[in-house]
Amino acid sequence: MTATMSDTEARAIVAGILADIAPEVDLDEIDPAGELQPQLDIDSLDFLRFVEGITKHTGLPVPEEDYRRVASLDGAVAYVSGHSVSARS
Amino acid sequence: MAEFRMPSLGADMTSGTVVEWLVKPGDEVRRGQIVAVVDTDKAAIEVEAYEEGVVTDLVVPVGATVAVGAVLARLAPLGAEVMAPPAAELALPAEPAPPAEPALAHSDGAPAVSSPLVRRLAHQLHVDLDTVPGTGPDGAIQRADVTAASGGLALGRPRVRSSPLARRRARELGVLLDSVTGTGPRGAVRVADVERASPRAPQAPTPIADPAKPQQHAATARAEATARRQAAVGELMARSKRDIPHFYLGADVDLAVASAWLHSRNRDRPPAQRVLPAALFLRAVTVAAAEVGHLNGHWVEGRFQPIDGVHLGVAVSLRDGSLVAPGIRDAQRLDLDEMMEALRDLVVRARSGRLTREQMSDPSITVTNLGDLGVDTVLPVIYPPQVAMVGFGRVADRPWAVDGMLAVRPVVSISLAADHRASDGHRAARFLQAVARRLQCPAELDPRSAP
Repeated sequence: MTATMSDTEARAIVAGILADIAPEVDLDEIDPAGELQPQLDIDSLDFLRFVEGITKHTGLPVPEEDYRRVASLDGAVAYVSGHSVSARS
Repeated sequence: MAEFRMPSLGADMTSGTVVEWLVKPGDEVRRGQIVAVVDTDKAAIEVEAYEEGVVTDLVVPVGATVAVGAVLARLAPLGAEVMAPPAAELALPAEPAPPAEPALAHSDGAPAVSSPLVRRLAHQLHVDLDTVPGTGPDGAIQRADVTAASGGLALGRPRVRSSPLARRRARELGVLLDSVTGTGPRGAVRVADVERASPRAPQAPTPIADPAKPQQHAATARAEATARRQAAVGELMARSKRDIPHFYLGADVDLAVASAWLHSRNRDRPPAQRVLPAALFLRAVTVAAAEVGHLNGHWVEGRFQPIDGVHLGVAVSLRDGSLVAPGIRDAQRLDLDEMMEALRDLVVRARSGRLTREQMSDPSITVTNLGDLGVDTVLPVIYPPQVAMVGFGRVADRPWAVDGMLAVRPVVSISLAADHRASDGHRAARFLQAVARRLQCPAELDPRSAP
């Protein structure tokens, strides 16, 4: 078992959560550096569910201060993979 | 034998489509148990059993649209041994005439029809009442007669299935539905089929669903539901604009205190327990609606009828682009966390097509929040028979004068559309003021945090 999470794993987690919220969106079609909210046409409640999903799958608390860091696909993937070492140790 | 009928899920509902059965013959059901999901023009709604019993048969198949009051399933008493009844019994269900609706004899000798429900059923099943022999008192036509004449819906014998849109289009184009080959789910006639059958209409470029592909069935059904819902909302809004003398007020409200308070309240909570500003807005509107009269209620039969308790409607956009406005019943009883939970439940259920019947009962005032879309100001269209609708724009940092100094504050623009028949500018202004005032004291909107 690896101590860190690869970007691939992190991306799978993030994509899995988003699939529940915006099932018809193809993540390959969106700008990974752009904000998720307008691209996926999701509202603040959907975004909260997204954050909730990250917490559920990774144990990361994702405080409101960090919302900006998980606002894009790339940001969320980096956030999840970057935090996984401390979250798992 | 007890019967489970298509419930009326709103004053203007005339028919519904069974989209899912959650029980099967042989299952025991309890009062209040969710037994089916029904799609109306407004939304897909869970419907519950009103009587307990054992399901003997499901009369209406998934995908079929029937009138309000039509039998959907039959129930035997609990403990009874369930056997499939003979087909003949199904085709001609013996139904006594409802005592509350005596047969109306027509003076011109036309067949008497027991009730408006029967006429509606006949319309729904495309049955010409002049051709139906009545078996009720004085030869009155009863529901069973109509069902039998329709070819026996219960037996599943072929009849023309069609979407409401297709029926409308058929009327427009003068096409007989019987003559059209349906390509929709279970051979249902769709708009495209009607247009193809009509010499008057140009060939529709719509791709034809392959009946062998269930995925396309689902997609077609969804698209039809979306179109139906959009048409229903459109009609309702047209009625609103036609009948309701709208007037509008707006106020910009400083949310510095509320935002900071909410942020600190959320700090040590996991995401699942965090509260969004939207929930705070709903609390403020609820308290204000209960406080200021003449905005919380319905305009019915030429007068305003106030409603005890606030049934707070929330406009929810669905991912297919349509809109529903289900409600949070007795919102005045909810504290802030409960309001957030209710909002979350409402939105998730609306988007997954599983609203509860309670959530679809007529709200007394509705809120729309378009702030997430970057909108500054909303000028809402009131949902009849309600008399007011509150709009919230986005919370944005703006230059704001505070104590003679210029500051940057998070500000939200709140608007109110009100019915001038029920209220006036004075009352509406007091309401808006009450909302603004409540948002300045967020802790008071959260009784548990109050000292």
